[in-house]
Amino acid sequence: MEKIILETKVPSGPVSEKWKKYCETSKPINPANKRKYHVIVVGTGLAGASAAASLGELGYNVSSFCFQDSPRRAHSIAAQGGINAAKNYKNDGDNVWRLFCDTIKGGDFRAREANVYRLAELSVRIIDHCVAQGVPFAREYGGLLDNRSFGGSLVSRTFYARGQTGQQLLLGAYSSLNRQINKGTVKNYSRMEFQDLIVIDGVVKGVIMRDLVSGEFAVFTGDAVVLATGGYSAAFYLSTNAVGCNVSATYRAYKKGALFANPCFTQIHPTCIPQSGHHQSKLTLMSESLRNDGRVWVPKEKDMRSPNEIPETERDYYLERKYPSYGNLAPRDIASRAAKQVCDDNRGVGPGGKGVYLDFENAINRLGKDVISARYGNLFEMYEKITGENPYETPMRIYPAMHYSMGGLWVNYELMSNLPGLFVIGEANFSDHGANRLGASALMQTLADGYFILPNTISSYLNTVKPGDLQDTDSCIFPMVEEVRTPVRRLMSCRGNTSPNVLHSQLGRILWEYCGMSRNEAGLLKALTEIKQLKEDFWKLVRVPHYNNTSFNQVLEKAIRVVDFMDFSELLCLDALERKESCGGHFREEYQTEDGEAKRNDEDFCHVAAWKYNAEDKPTRIQEELVFEHVPLTTRSYK
Amino acid sequence: MNKETRNYKILLWREPHGKVFFKGEMHGAFVTENISGISPDMSFLEMLDILNDRILSRNDHPVCFESDCREGICGACSLVINGVAHGRQTGTTTCQLHMRSFKSGSTIVVEPFRARSFPVIRDLVVDRSALDRIMQAGGYISVNVGSAPDAHSILVDKKSADQAFEAAACIGCGACVAMCKNSSAMLFVGAKISQLSKLPQGQPERYERVKRMVEQMQVEGFGGCSNTMACEAVCPKGITTKVISELNWEFLKMTLKS
Ligand SMILES: Cc1cc2nc3c(=O)[nH]c(=O)nc-3n(C[C@H](O)[C@H](O)[C@H](O)COP(=O)(O)OP(=O)(O)OC[C@H]3O[C@@H](n4cnc5c(N)ncnc54)[C@H](O)[C@@H]3O)c2cc1C
Ligand code: SF4
Ligand code: FES
Repeated sequence: MEKIILETKVPSGPVSEKWKKYCETSKPINPANKRKYHVIVVGTGLAGASAAASLGELGYNVSSFCFQDSPRRAHSIAAQGGINAAKNYKNDGDNVWRLFCDTIKGGDFRAREANVYRLAELSVRIIDHCVAQGVPFAREYGGLLDNRSFGGSLVSRTFYARGQTGQQLLLGAYSSLNRQINKGTVKNYSRMEFQDLIVIDGVVKGVIMRDLVSGEFAVFTGDAVVLATGGYSAAFYLSTNAVGCNVSATYRAYKKGALFANPCFTQIHPTCIPQSGHHQSKLTLMSESLRNDGRVWVPKEKDMRSPNEIPETERDYYLERKYPSYGNLAPRDIASRAAKQVCDDNRGVGPGGKGVYLDFENAINRLGKDVISARYGNLFEMYEKITGENPYETPMRIYPAMHYSMGGLWVNYELMSNLPGLFVIGEANFSDHGANRLGASALMQTLADGYFILPNTISSYLNTVKPGDLQDTDSCIFPMVEEVRTPVRRLMSCRGNTSPNVLHSQLGRILWEYCGMSRNEAGLLKALTEIKQLKEDFWKLVRVPHYNNTSFNQVLEKAIRVVDFMDFSELLCLDALERKESCGGHFREEYQTEDGEAKRNDEDFCHVAAWKYNAEDKPTRIQEELVFEHVPLTTRSYK
Repeated sequence: MNKETRNYKILLWREPHGKVFFKGEMHGAFVTENISGISPDMSFLEMLDILNDRILSRNDHPVCFESDCREGICGACSLVINGVAHGRQTGTTTCQLHMRSFKSGSTIVVEPFRARSFPVIRDLVVDRSALDRIMQAGGYISVNVGSAPDAHSILVDKKSADQAFEAAACIGCGACVAMCKNSSAMLFVGAKISQLSKLPQGQPERYERVKRMVEQMQVEGFGGCSNTMACEAVCPKGITTKVISELNWEFLKMTLKS
C-alpha cells in the first residue's frame, strides 16, 4: 500500500516566531495577477464569509456559496456566549502565552502546538477588526469593552454582545462580504449545495454544486477551493446545530481523497435544554456564560420535591465539590460527564430523570434581578419560550447535548488539506481544539482562519499554479457530473413510505447511545452493525416526492444529506473504536482513572488519526505525531 | 413528559404541484389538513414536520417551508400564521412558537410572507434576496482586514453602544415587509442605518450609506412607509419604528448636504 507521509509545513524556530517567519518568507502574488485567480469558497459562516471578504479585498476573483437563502443565515449566527482574545483588558494576567497553554491543555494535548500558538497570537487582532466593522460588543460605562469568563480558564478574556455574539460577528463578516459583492470582487451564490470536488490529476480544480431551486447541477472551476462548511454534529440528529447543518461537503471531499482527521473528537455541551419528547427536531443550547453566575446541582438523593422545596443541606453542588478551583466553570467535557454520572446515579431531575439544575437564586440575591436580566435576559426568555418555566423563579433544567465537532478534514499549517488546492477552514477542519474545545474559542478560530491565516497562506499555493487552466465546459468534467447525478436518481426512484428525517433520527439514536458521552468497545461494534443495517433499510424505506422534476425539493435535499451522515457515522465509530484511550470529549469507559476521569495514553495515542478513504475496503489510519515542546504533557486537572 | 395530545385543522397555502414550476408565479390555494396526536411541548415547526411525514407516507407532496436554526436567530423561518407574520405571540419567530399556545381543536391558517419583492418559490417558501441586495448597496463600514487600530482606541459610550446593539438585533426575516400593506422595507433598512449611524466607526460613510440603501430599496420595488406600524407589531426582535424616523432624518440630512 502507498505510504502517505503527512507534511505539516510547520516553520522551524521558536513557537512564538513561527507565524512571523512564515509571513516574512512567503511570496505574495503580483497585485495585477490576483484577479486572474478564481477562488471558490463554499460556506458563508464566520470562516467562509471572512475568508471570501478578505480574499476579495486582496483582489482575487472569488465565488462564495451557501445552501441557505442568504449568506447571513449560516449557523455561526447562533453562537451565543462570546469570543476569546488575549487582550488583557482586565489586567488579570492574561497574555498570548496563557491563552495558548489554556487551549492546548483544554484540548487534552491532542492539537498541534504551532497552530494553537498562532491562533492565540491572532486573537487580539480579530477584536480590533470586528470593532472597526461596527460589531456592537458589550461595553462598560467608560466606553471600553467588557469581558466575561468562560469555562477552562481562570482569566476573563471573553468578548461578547449579550447572548448574540455569533450573530453580531457574522453580520460583521457578512457586511464585509457585501462590500466586496458590491465592488464586484466576490460573486455570491445562495441556495446552492456542494456535491463534489473536481479533482484533476490529484489537484483540486473546482466544485460541482446543486442549485436547490432548479435542482440542476452546476460546474464551477477555479484555482483553489476553500471548504468552510461547518461541523458534523447534526449526524446525531438531535444537537444544538441548525437543522440544515450537514457533513456532505467534508465527507464527499474525503471520498475524493482528502483525509478526515479525528472524527471521534466530538463535543457534548453540558448546558442544553433537556429533550421533551420524541417529536423534537433539535436541542437548544443555554450558553456556557450562564455558568458564570449559575450554580449546578442535583439532590443528594433521588427527590421528587420541586427544587425550591429542597433545603440547601440536601443539595449536591457536584461541580463545586469535585472541582473546587474551577467549580461551575469546569471545561465542557468534564461538566458533561459529571452530569451524566449523577443522572446515571439516579439523581437526575425533571422528566425521565435526565436533567440537572442550573440555579440563579444566589446570583439574583447577590446582584439583583436587573443585573442578571441585563446579562442573560434573552437566554432566560428563550428558555421560558421552550419550556414554559420561568428561570428567575425556578432553577433551569439542563442536560448535555451534542454540540461541536473538533474533528474535521486534515490540514497542514497553511490550512491546506493533503489534496493540493483544497483548503479547509473553520469548524470543518480538525485543527486547533484537540480533543476538546474551550468555550468561546470556535468563533476565534473561524475568524483567525478566515481574516488572517488563509488570505496569507493561499498565495503560497496559488504561486505554484497557472490561473484558469480548466474551463467550466471542459469535457473531462461531464462524467464527474454524471457521477453525482446517479445517487440522486436512485433516491428519486425509491418507493418506501418513510421520510429521510425519521431515518436520520434513528441514526441519531444509535450514535447518541453508543458513540455519545461515553463509549466502549462492545457498544461501538454494536453501533457499526446497526448503522450497516440502517444503511440497507434506508434504501428500502425512504421516500422522496416527485414534483414533476427535481426542482425545489426539500425532502430530496434532506435525503442526500442523510446518506452522507450514515456513511460518515461509520467512520466516526471506527475512529472511536481505534482510539484506545480517553481524552477530552472522547471518553472510553475502558480507560479511566479510579475517580472516573479520562485516562490518556500518550505512549500510543499522542497523535492525530487521519483517515484515508478506500472505497469498499476499510479506510487507512494515518498518524501525525504530536510533539509538545512548550506545554509539558501533563494530566489535565481542574480540581 | 406531557401526555396530553391535541388536534388541529390546518389550512395550508399550497402551490399546486404537477404544474410546470415558475419562480415567482402564484397559482396557489388553501388545502385542509387535519392533524391529531400533537403534544403541547412541540414547536410549531415540529408539528409541521410531523404533518409532512404523514403527508409523505400517504404518498403525497410535503409542504415546503423554511427554517434552519430553530431558535429564533437565523431569520430563515417565515410563515403568516392566522393572519400574522410569525404568529400572534409577540417578540417571537415562527420557530419559537409552541403548540401549547394553540387551543386543541382550533383551525390554524398558514400562508407565505407575501410581498411584491418576495417572489414565491414553492408553497410557503419565498425569495427574500432583495434584502441582501439592499445590504450589498451600502450596509457596511468600509474597513479592510489588517488596517484596524486597537479596539480600545475607539471609545463608544454605553448608551450609544446599547442602542446600536438593539438595532443590530434585526435577523433579516422580512416579517415587517410581509405585514406592511405597502410592502415597505423601512424597518429593516432603518435598523441598519440606526446601528451604524450611532457608532463613531460609521460616521465617514453615514450619508452615502443612507442614499445607496434607500435607492436600492426602491429599485427592488419595496413600498414607502405610511405609518401603520404593522411592522413594529410583528418584528420578532423588537425593532421599533423609531428607526424609521431615524432613517427619514438621516435621509433628509443627506439631501440637505448634497
Ligand atoms: C448554538 C451554538 C452556540 C455556539 N456558541 C459559541 C460561542 O459562544 N463561542 C464560540 O466560540 N463558539 C460557539 N459555537 C461554535 C461556533 O458557532 C461554530 O463552531 C462556528 O460558528 C462555525 O463556523 P463556520 O464558519 O465554520 O461554519 P458555519 O457557520 O456552520 O457555516 C457553514 C457554512 O457552510 C455552508 N454549507 C454547509 N454545508 C454545505 C453544503 N453541503 N453545501 C454548500 N454549503 C454548505 C452553510 O450554508 C454555511 O454558510 C456555538 C455553536 C452553536 C451550535
Ligand atoms: S426589522 Fe424585525 S421584522 Fe424586519 S427583518 Fe428585521 S427582525 Fe425581521
Ligand atoms: S429557524 Fe432560524 S429564526 Fe426561525
